Amino acid sequence: MNAPSEATVIMDDYQRVLRRRVLLLGLFLAAIIASLVLDFTLGPSGLTLPDLWQTLLHKASVNPGQQVIVWSIRLPQALMAVLVGAALGLAGAEMQTILNNPLASPFTLGVSHAAAFGAALAIVLNLGIPGVPDEWLVAINAFIFALIATLLLDLLARWRKADTSVVVLFGIALGFTFGALVSLIQFVATEDSLQALVFWTLGSLARASWLKVGLLALAVACALPMALRRAWQLTALRLGEDRAASFGIDVKRLRLGTLLRVSVLSALAVAFVGTIGFIGLVGPHIARLLFGEDHRFYLPGSALAGALILSLASVASKNIIPGVLIPVGIVTSLVGIPFFLSIVLRRNGGH
Amino acid sequence: MSAHQLCIEQLDVSYGKRRIIEQLSLTGVCHGEVTALLGPNGSGKSTLLKAIAGLTPARGQVLLDGADLLTASYASRAERVVYLPQSLPASVHLRVFESLLVARRASGNTSRQQDIDEARALLERLGIAHLAMSFLDQLSGGQKQLVGLAQALIRKPVLLLLDEPLSALDLNYQYHVMDVIGQETRERNMVTLIVLHDINISLRQTDRVLMLKGGQLIAHGAPDQVIDPASLARVYGVRGRVERCSQGSAQVMIDGLV
Repeated sequence: MNAPSEATVIMDDYQRVLRRRVLLLGLFLAAIIASLVLDFTLGPSGLTLPDLWQTLLHKASVNPGQQVIVWSIRLPQALMAVLVGAALGLAGAEMQTILNNPLASPFTLGVSHAAAFGAALAIVLNLGIPGVPDEWLVAINAFIFALIATLLLDLLARWRKADTSVVVLFGIALGFTFGALVSLIQFVATEDSLQALVFWTLGSLARASWLKVGLLALAVACALPMALRRAWQLTALRLGEDRAASFGIDVKRLRLGTLLRVSVLSALAVAFVGTIGFIGLVGPHIARLLFGEDHRFYLPGSALAGALILSLASVASKNIIPGVLIPVGIVTSLVGIPFFLSIVLRRNGGH
Repeated sequence: MSAHQLCIEQLDVSYGKRRIIEQLSLTGVCHGEVTALLGPNGSGKSTLLKAIAGLTPARGQVLLDGADLLTASYASRAERVVYLPQSLPASVHLRVFESLLVARRASGNTSRQQDIDEARALLERLGIAHLAMSFLDQLSGGQKQLVGLAQALIRKPVLLLLDEPLSALDLNYQYHVMDVIGQETRERNMVTLIVLHDINISLRQTDRVLMLKGGQLIAHGAPDQVIDPASLARVYGVRGRVERCSQGSAQVMIDGLV
């Protein structure tokens, strides 16, 4: 029998697979840094590279206008793209696993629409939590409604003991409901507020600020390690709920904890930059293709894929029409969807 | 009768208002034995397995070596019991080898090298070492069932519950897998309960047979005692007889419906 040699072959193969995945994660990271630098250096103000580095390294030595462009616009926006992409990528991946549905994402399950409704209340009707400063009213409203939407999904999954497909259907219904409510508000809105609302729903990085970057960075920095601690359990859940339960996993608790984590991530991301629909769907798909569904790699892979896509979309949004910054939400869909379809179709063709 | 076996006392399982299993009691299912669960579709075989595994709410008692499984916590039950459902979800992009590691690590911290060695040995034993690096969503139905069996065995259960583990296997693999299940059951001294549809396999390859119909236990005992024309008629509604072929092994012949 050649059993021992077969065993070493398995070991070698598995080690090679693991090494390749670590390498891929590294490549993603490098690509994100490259895209971040590119995103930072491009913009309508026509600043040259030496100018930019000068402003970064010796802030006091340049004129105030240049300082504002680099420190208050370019840098926070470029970082925001990466962080929002990572948050949506991670949230989408976890949602798809716990709901056992490759179409689950913050956008498809109505979280984005709920956030848009919250924003609409603030922009058009000026309704919000009393005492919140005006510049935060929209973001906080959006956050609260995004959180409410996800918690409704939680409740349904938990108390009605609903099947995961019912939860997905409920999420879609939730999306349509909040969409209709937003339309209702649009119908009664004044021309100015209507324009502001439409612009909000397009999704734009122009609302980035250091405080938002900090908050989102904190959220991602907390959520990713928490998710990775559950990586084996989440992977086991992919083998089926009964099997996972028989492996000793309290599936309901795992699902609830994950949904809570996902709700904070997606609510923050949507509240800060508006509706960016595509990342939470495509990030997980790319990660699944490249890393497989071992969640030790799948979760960070999806976060990195999301970060890279949104950062590249941000670069593209500055270059499609020179001098005009197109809202990044439009770019992700326009550029991303053909790319996404080509992946999916090629994969199906391979089978 | 010692406490060293699987006993069920007055088990009731219902889905909503519909009672699936009524007042089922059972003793004498021993360690080191493969016990087949036979019965027509909808007789409660799968439900019984799920109830024993704690996956379906049930009333009554399920005692494994004297300890009640129904009141045990998730973690403590999972250390002793593994339930293998009929099928894997359709598209799981995970490698076979990884799926074994997951089964091992999902609920506990074990030594990494030991996991890897055991996963390797088990794949070889089941004859699927060449599939170690394949993805689950590229396997045939039969290969998936073998991998599922490996996922169950690597958890080293005391009580192994298998729901139709042969349904997608070809003839050769059906006997191969039953041999492996029998060997492992004896070597590890497990209690193995297995839902089967093939009467001839349960006649030859199992140590004990339980016959269920309408959620009730109709017959229980050694295969050649339980499987006879009367029980075949009562449970399955078929006219059957047990013949010994020239090689000496028993064979169920079905002549038609009752």
